[in-house]
Amino acid sequence: MTNEIDISILLAGVIAGAAPIVLASLGETVTEKAGLINLSLDGSILLSAMAAFAVALETGSLIAGFFSGAVIGATVAATVAFFSIYLRQSQVAVGFVLTLMTRDLAYFLGNSYSRVPGPQVSPLPIPLLKDIPFFGTVFFSHNLTVYTSLLLIAFCWWYIYRTRAGLELRAVGEHPEAAYSRGISPKKIQMLYAACGGCLVGLAGASFSLCTKPGWGRPQGAEGTGWIALAIVIFGGWHPVKAAAGAYLFSFLQVLGIYLQGIFPSVPAQVFQVAPFPLMIFTLLLMYLAQKESVRMWAENKVWMKAVLKFFSGTAPGALGRAYRQD
Amino acid sequence: MKTFFRHFAEIAVMLAAVFAFTTLILEISGASAMEAYYHIFRGSLGSWVRLGHVIKAWIPMTLCSCGLLCTFRIGLWNIGVEGQMMMGAVFTTYLLRLGAGSNMPVLFLIFAFIAGAAGGGLWAWIAGLLKTKGGVNEIFAGLGMNFVAQGIVLWLIFGLWKRPGIASMSGTELFPPELWLSHLTAVRFSPAALLLALLAVVLTALMLRYTHIGLNLRAIGSNPRAAYLLGLKPGRYILLAMLFAGGLAGIAGTIQVSDVYHRLLPAISSNYGYLSLLVVMLSDYNIRVIPAVAFFFACLNVGSIQLPMMLQLDSSLSGVIQGVLVLATLAVQAWKSEVRN
Repeated sequence: MTNEIDISILLAGVIAGAAPIVLASLGETVTEKAGLINLSLDGSILLSAMAAFAVALETGSLIAGFFSGAVIGATVAATVAFFSIYLRQSQVAVGFVLTLMTRDLAYFLGNSYSRVPGPQVSPLPIPLLKDIPFFGTVFFSHNLTVYTSLLLIAFCWWYIYRTRAGLELRAVGEHPEAAYSRGISPKKIQMLYAACGGCLVGLAGASFSLCTKPGWGRPQGAEGTGWIALAIVIFGGWHPVKAAAGAYLFSFLQVLGIYLQGIFPSVPAQVFQVAPFPLMIFTLLLMYLAQKESVRMWAENKVWMKAVLKFFSGTAPGALGRAYRQD
Repeated sequence: MKTFFRHFAEIAVMLAAVFAFTTLILEISGASAMEAYYHIFRGSLGSWVRLGHVIKAWIPMTLCSCGLLCTFRIGLWNIGVEGQMMMGAVFTTYLLRLGAGSNMPVLFLIFAFIAGAAGGGLWAWIAGLLKTKGGVNEIFAGLGMNFVAQGIVLWLIFGLWKRPGIASMSGTELFPPELWLSHLTAVRFSPAALLLALLAVVLTALMLRYTHIGLNLRAIGSNPRAAYLLGLKPGRYILLAMLFAGGLAGIAGTIQVSDVYHRLLPAISSNYGYLSLLVVMLSDYNIRVIPAVAFFFACLNVGSIQLPMMLQLDSSLSGVIQGVLVLATLAVQAWKSEVRN
């Protein structure tokens, strides 16, 4: 039944469906690179999705919608950062409370926008490029949100690993005390990148309600994405490109799930949604094992095992989750 | 007396802040705030039947909170409590399905409780092992296991245990009434379940305060390195605390299945596991405060069910109030420690 055309359309679907997850994973990667865990992802995606839809509907402007989504995302992330950095409360606690609170706030405030038709991003195939066989369909037949998500992968990588500001960002995440002694202010850097990461998370929410799953409702369809993005950041070893690859893998599994459901009709689609989480635990386990001397000795003359361990040898930013104290 | 007043002032300031925020939110959504509060109050404490519903929500939250107190004491963020509750419910459903049609329903109910505790305990134990042996942070392990548990519940409802005819989100088939926990007719909650929750509060309080286990949990939680040098084995106590928390969460799951819904549902945990984390934080990790806070949360949850019917508002207002309360508490605590320094 499947032929060439079907595969390119399938891959195009994977790339389009993954766009919000890529945005959220990139945002969280940036925040965690600075040493801060923003656990509020799931709720803040929903709240920004709601805000973006409501604003776009009221003003008739999609740009205003995306902008308000980004602002909401940045505000929630900055709240986590502020509580952690300046009020010295547990990041995990604040992030967790916020994820529950913002989700409920989204449902509450969005009640009157439920199941209302609204504006959505229109497709924008790129002329000429879209006519390239196969690749044209896969990469250049989308809308602006998807192109943005593709460009941001490269931009984040370049920014984090190839610029002076990115070096400072990583320094703060690895060792804030050392960064401080080199004249960098960890508190300001963490606040800044929490907000930047939050911005991307907010854009992820906005692209849900204005593009991937247009409209608002309870449930919206974006539920659980935040947790998936958190899992993908770990799976990607805190590397933006690997994280994006993880997002595409997940999107691929989801698309595959639709096909698989035809083969196993008794398994509900939601079960396939679970896949990232065992993978996340497995990744963390392998990362821990890869650091152990005994495991490395054991894998020494097994080429395949060595490759697996090398792939998973990414480590978390040194100061991740540990708030910087300037005493 | 002075400290009492200061404490009182703190709570008053916090409540005023939360009240102001919630009122603002209500005004934004175009509703009358006073009317909303009135309906929440009437919907939760307005009649004996409603109070019975509140107690039904209070029981699982209190059970989970007691367990969470132990894991918090040793310094663990047992976010997996939600999945532990679900696995308790799954194990219970398995046993009650066996018990359907037997002539010893009480025996099967008792075993269902044991199975529930075992299911929750197993899930927590895996997360504990991942932490102690695998170096996996308990938050990520717990979160992952929550979603796996949710997947198992869905798979069972739509696959193995689906209703004859059509499988749906409304859950598995109802158990025969002899496998339900018996109710007091006037208030419609199970005295056995209530007793169990009260017992859990008392036992947790006694254990944490008067036994070596409680002391050691605190010692490891506040300084794992020093505790290790003293000869305590943190790994063993981590597993113990996780087993205890998971067991209690599992029993909460058992009660959700056998007493509240009489079947397995996709949303069997009703978010009570996650809410219990908020309850414990808001109680400032104090067992004497937990039952009261859990009761307040239960009132909000049950009362807000009235909002969609009466005022066309979403019932999630309760979650907003609960979240803002905890945030305000965290801010007040920060301010307090700032003043102290």
